[in-house]
Amino acid sequence: MTSEMLSNLYVLVLAAFLGFEVIKRVSPLLHTPLMSLTNALDAIAVVGAIVIVGEQKSTLSTVLGTLAVIAATSNVVGGFLITDRMLRMFKASPRGGGSK
Amino acid sequence: MSGSLQDPVIEIAYLVAVTLFVLSLKWLSSPATARRGVQAGEVGMLIAILATLLYRGIVSYEWVLIGLVVGALIGIPLGLVQMTAVPQRTALSHAFGAFATALVGTAEFYLRTPNISPFIMSALSIEIILGALTFTASLMAAGKLQEVLPQRPITYKGQNFVNLGILVLAILVAIYLVNHPGATWLFPFLIAIPMVFGVLLIVPIGGADMPTVISLLNSYAGLSAAAMGFVLRSKLLIVAGALDGSSGFILSVIMSRAMNRSFTNVLFGAFGQVQETNGKQATGTVRSATPEEAAAILEAANSVMIVPGYGMAVAQAQHKVRELYDALTKRGIDVKFAIHPVAGRMPGHMNVLLAEADVPYDRLIEMDDANSDFPQVDVALVIGANDVTNPAARHDQSSPIFGMPILEVDKARTVMVIKRGMSPGFAGIENELYYLDKTLMIFGDAKSVVGSLVREITGGHEH
Repeated sequence: MTSEMLSNLYVLVLAAFLGFEVIKRVSPLLHTPLMSLTNALDAIAVVGAIVIVGEQKSTLSTVLGTLAVIAATSNVVGGFLITDRMLRMFKASPRGGGSK
Repeated sequence: MSGSLQDPVIEIAYLVAVTLFVLSLKWLSSPATARRGVQAGEVGMLIAILATLLYRGIVSYEWVLIGLVVGALIGIPLGLVQMTAVPQRTALSHAFGAFATALVGTAEFYLRTPNISPFIMSALSIEIILGALTFTASLMAAGKLQEVLPQRPITYKGQNFVNLGILVLAILVAIYLVNHPGATWLFPFLIAIPMVFGVLLIVPIGGADMPTVISLLNSYAGLSAAAMGFVLRSKLLIVAGALDGSSGFILSVIMSRAMNRSFTNVLFGAFGQVQETNGKQATGTVRSATPEEAAAILEAANSVMIVPGYGMAVAQAQHKVRELYDALTKRGIDVKFAIHPVAGRMPGHMNVLLAEADVPYDRLIEMDDANSDFPQVDVALVIGANDVTNPAARHDQSSPIFGMPILEVDKARTVMVIKRGMSPGFAGIENELYYLDKTLMIFGDAKSVVGSLVREITGGHEH
């Protein structure tokens, strides 16, 4: 195992803990937008696909890569779009939100 | 590919993107800052994609741009679906994400075989197995939610053994490939076996299990992307995948707790067991009321707690419910909504539907707060929820839902239930709530019943 693999494992473990700490604070109110937002962020896989397509090392890799770019990009665009649409709908009560 | 792109500009751009992703999730924690969170995510994504396009190893942009444009054209309608279709859209997007990682993994395998180190081949195997099974499982889940596939869980004897056996087979294939990365003849099995597993995983799943399943698939899709990060030596992917994976994991733990399922039960995806015993048969008389009578009781109340469930979504009654909220609030009645974590078909489903109908989000109350309110509530109005209100979960040890945290509507002074008929809920269990002396049943379609309640209340007020 090279030192790079080891440092990548460190990154994985630390990012997972960071994820737990940040995400457990998200109000249950916003669990649906949370899921669509993380789904859009996860579509960062598109960068790996772009490199594979651009390098054009084989026909197979270009074809598979292009399909991957399409799938991931649709998640990026659709995911951010619907998350923002949902969040725009969440409004507090008028006049400070207190009960009557 | 050359793994890390070895260009300081790109690496720094990725670091900025990762920072923005973490901020994006941090800002999502409260409705006040949540939209800023989305913008941070968008900017991070844009920076990462633009930086990648600078990579000098790219010899042709033609197919890259075609992929980006076609993907965007598919993504736009998927971002504009109706709010009631959000659960199936989410399942579909998990399928797309997993599809992308499985394809990239496949391309990487054929580019690198037979020179793949055991460490990289292990990561590649995890990427492919999780990607392939999440792809078919999410498509199945989307099909069930869209009702193009039968929603009833299909179970048979020894199902878990068959599923487990198939998963073990996939892992054995992976172990062989780790030791013999040149075995290209075996590689298609590494894709096909998990795909079969994904289908079989969802076959026994019914609607009420969907929130847990969707969360779990979310987690798998994230872990698949993190594994891809190890293959491509990209810390950006590792972090994004880990964030998505932990998010899905937290949600599935919350969902499983709300359904009183054990932790291991979630991890191994053993959902949807058919309950043989239906618990004690609830008996007694059922009292029903007309919308006029119910409206009179609501008008006389000081506080009303509305309990929405999947039935409200099916009947598309959320806008009528908002009108009822307005009519009651105008009369000075304190109206709140009690939201059970697994109400609906995905985490947070009810909140989104009610927000769409312009119900202020500070009126939506979580289960624990609602339960401390119920003893002081005059009327609990149950619209399309069933099992999550069944008091048997508290005291009847023979009931399949015994121990499940419920909304304790039976502690309110009066309970009203809007329901089509007396048919039992998803779990096939009689709800003893309906036989209590304080319970009034209002039979009919949720949308039209709530509509008549609104007419009674506003009409009676104006004339």
